[in-house]
Amino acid sequence: MTEQEEGTLVETPGSAASSEASSSETTKADPYLQVRDLRVRFRTEDGVVRAVDGLSFGVERGRTLGIVGESGSGKSVTSLAVLGLHDPRRTEISGEILVGGRDVVGLSDAECRRLRGRDMAMVFQDPLSALHPYYSVGRQIAEAYRVHHPEAGRRAAWRRAVDMLDRVGIPQPARRAEQYPHEFSGGMRQRVMIAMALVNDPDLLVADEPTTALDVTVQAQILDLLADLQSEFNSAIVLITHDLGVVSQVADDVLVMYAGRAVEHGNVEQVLRRPQHPYTWGLLSSVPSLRGDASADLVPIRGNPPSLINLPPGCAFHPRCRYADRTDGRSSTERPELLPVAEAGHRVACHLPEVDRQRFYADEIAQVGVAP
Amino acid sequence: MLRFVVKKVLLALSTLLAVSVITFGMFFAVPNNPAELMCGDSKNVCSPERIEMIERRMGLDKPIPVQYAEFMRGVFVGRTIGTGPTARDCPAPCLGFSFRSDEPVTGIVGRTLPVTLSIVFGAAVVWLVLGVSIGMVSALRRGSAFDKLAVGTSLVGASMPILLFGPLLLIGLVYETGLLGYPRYTPLTENPLAWASAMILPWFALGFLNSATYARLSRAQMLETLSEDFVRTARAKGLSKITVYGRHALRAAITPIITIAGLDLGAYLGGTVITETVFGFTGLGRTALNAALDLDMPIVMATVLLAAVFVVAANVLVDMLYAVVDPRVRLG
Ligand SMILES: Nc1ncnc2c1ncn2[C@@H]1O[C@H](COP(=O)(O)OP(=O)(O)OP(=O)(O)O)[C@@H](O)[C@H]1O
Ligand SMILES: [Mg+2]
Repeated sequence: MTEQEEGTLVETPGSAASSEASSSETTKADPYLQVRDLRVRFRTEDGVVRAVDGLSFGVERGRTLGIVGESGSGKSVTSLAVLGLHDPRRTEISGEILVGGRDVVGLSDAECRRLRGRDMAMVFQDPLSALHPYYSVGRQIAEAYRVHHPEAGRRAAWRRAVDMLDRVGIPQPARRAEQYPHEFSGGMRQRVMIAMALVNDPDLLVADEPTTALDVTVQAQILDLLADLQSEFNSAIVLITHDLGVVSQVADDVLVMYAGRAVEHGNVEQVLRRPQHPYTWGLLSSVPSLRGDASADLVPIRGNPPSLINLPPGCAFHPRCRYADRTDGRSSTERPELLPVAEAGHRVACHLPEVDRQRFYADEIAQVGVAP
Repeated sequence: MLRFVVKKVLLALSTLLAVSVITFGMFFAVPNNPAELMCGDSKNVCSPERIEMIERRMGLDKPIPVQYAEFMRGVFVGRTIGTGPTARDCPAPCLGFSFRSDEPVTGIVGRTLPVTLSIVFGAAVVWLVLGVSIGMVSALRRGSAFDKLAVGTSLVGASMPILLFGPLLLIGLVYETGLLGYPRYTPLTENPLAWASAMILPWFALGFLNSATYARLSRAQMLETLSEDFVRTARAKGLSKITVYGRHALRAAITPIITIAGLDLGAYLGGTVITETVFGFTGLGRTALNAALDLDMPIVMATVLLAAVFVVAANVLVDMLYAVVDPRVRLG
């Protein structure tokens, strides 16, 4: 299956362009998932919600992109757009979402359906509500297998389901397959969800806050599982979370979203160790573990996320930014582009000069955090 | 599962027992003396001797608990009512004799129950098929012209009483246009075609009005289900629309509808007085109403008990069905 997909990739001419979005070192292929200038708008009674507004990123096979941002920054909307799950009657989507070279945005639902679950799969936040309460988990996994393997018989699909449950570390998989979602613990249920997502060996896995509903130890197990399965299947993973701790554990690259836009993008080292966007600094200051000292005061980002119907002019973050007054007023008039910084692969959307950003971070942010 | 069933059935039986006790109590709570009632009907002077004779004949001279025990025994094994030369045999299920016509109550029920069953089951098919499918399509096409029309019509339907709708149908389809004949009940076993043609009006009247409620209910249920995470999961798996809506969503949305339909059926089987009266049928409901007006207590008692049996049985069936459909109930 994987070889076949790679074949498709090479043949597709459209995917040859722009790899500058992807992170530095990998050159073996274009990213399996390539999002370019994605815009997602919802028409609502109150006005047009610009949930995602010009987002670009790429994820290669075998790599994990962490997408972080506060609630409402457009993370889930992005992931649903990738899978083509938005209701077309209420959603306007533009831009490109190339999955293995095929643009999901232009696809009809029937065409998209063939990719869903086979080439790209999704794991949702709350496995209890995401699994059907009336069907046994084995049946739900087998169903996911049979849609894309119509030639497989019921029993073969069932065996495959049991096999997947075993692969994701569920003990007594044959017996457990007969059981219903409510008979599983939260962590086991998420394993079921992952088994279902991976049953067709997808090349892309989108996990939207897969561990948010779980307690910390289970969370770590699930993240380990995802990492193991990734090395086994060599899939591209998009991991959505608002937990930077999770990102630092499993992601290779990080995309920081604010109000439907990317404000910082780079590899984990760059974004978490040498962040250059004041919003990223704010996110980092509100995570105790990353600062090495759990007892240090957490600094929440002041203010609230903006309305996506009426975005502030200029940089959407400027009303909450402590440094907005150091940009000669550009922050409130001109929208900052996501531009490369000196270090390759690292991009930031901020009007502050790079030297200032580095200085502010070193003097005012990192200082406080590193203090023992 | 077995324990669940046993528990439900036991609960149902004790409910019925309580209902029978209360109804039996009601029998004696009414101010009239049944014997006087019977005797007053005839032209004879009601001498105390005659009243006593009637009481003996009907077994009314015994203490109330004994009478209750005898009544219940009669229901299950049959009994002999009264003593001496006037005693009458009443085989199980014995529900006594009508005060008014002296006819065995079982016979009256046997004659009128099929009428009500015919009306209710036929109408239920109409309202389930019509209501649920309209509701589902409405939900799937939310905001479309079909949806708006369905919502509007069902609002009218749900607020229209059958007391008005029935006569309107009669005027429109029978009296003014003669499209249909005035319904005349024929037992199904006698002539299925005549049976069905007599039933068209009540089926449509009751079925259509109820389908409005069911359409609204199904629409709301389906809309709620469509926003559930597991529907999104089904789509994310790459399932076809038919499978997503027809299997995953429908299965969850239909469960509460089945429950309500079961309970409605149970309630309607006890009698559909207005429908029966409007279309001139003598069903269980009308019989019960007339008996209550006449203080014909054996019939009242029988119809009340029967209605209770239907309601309780529907409850048990719905509970079991729920357990079959929803594993959380079965195992929880
Ligand atoms: N179908 C929709 N119609 C209208 N607005 C929507 C719709 N879906 C999402 N939104 C809006 O888009 C914005 C982004 O939502 P999204 O779910 O992507 O946030 P998120 O980053 O995933 O946040 P969280 O961390 O809370 O999950 C929110 O303001 C939300 O209200
Ligand atoms: Mg979300």
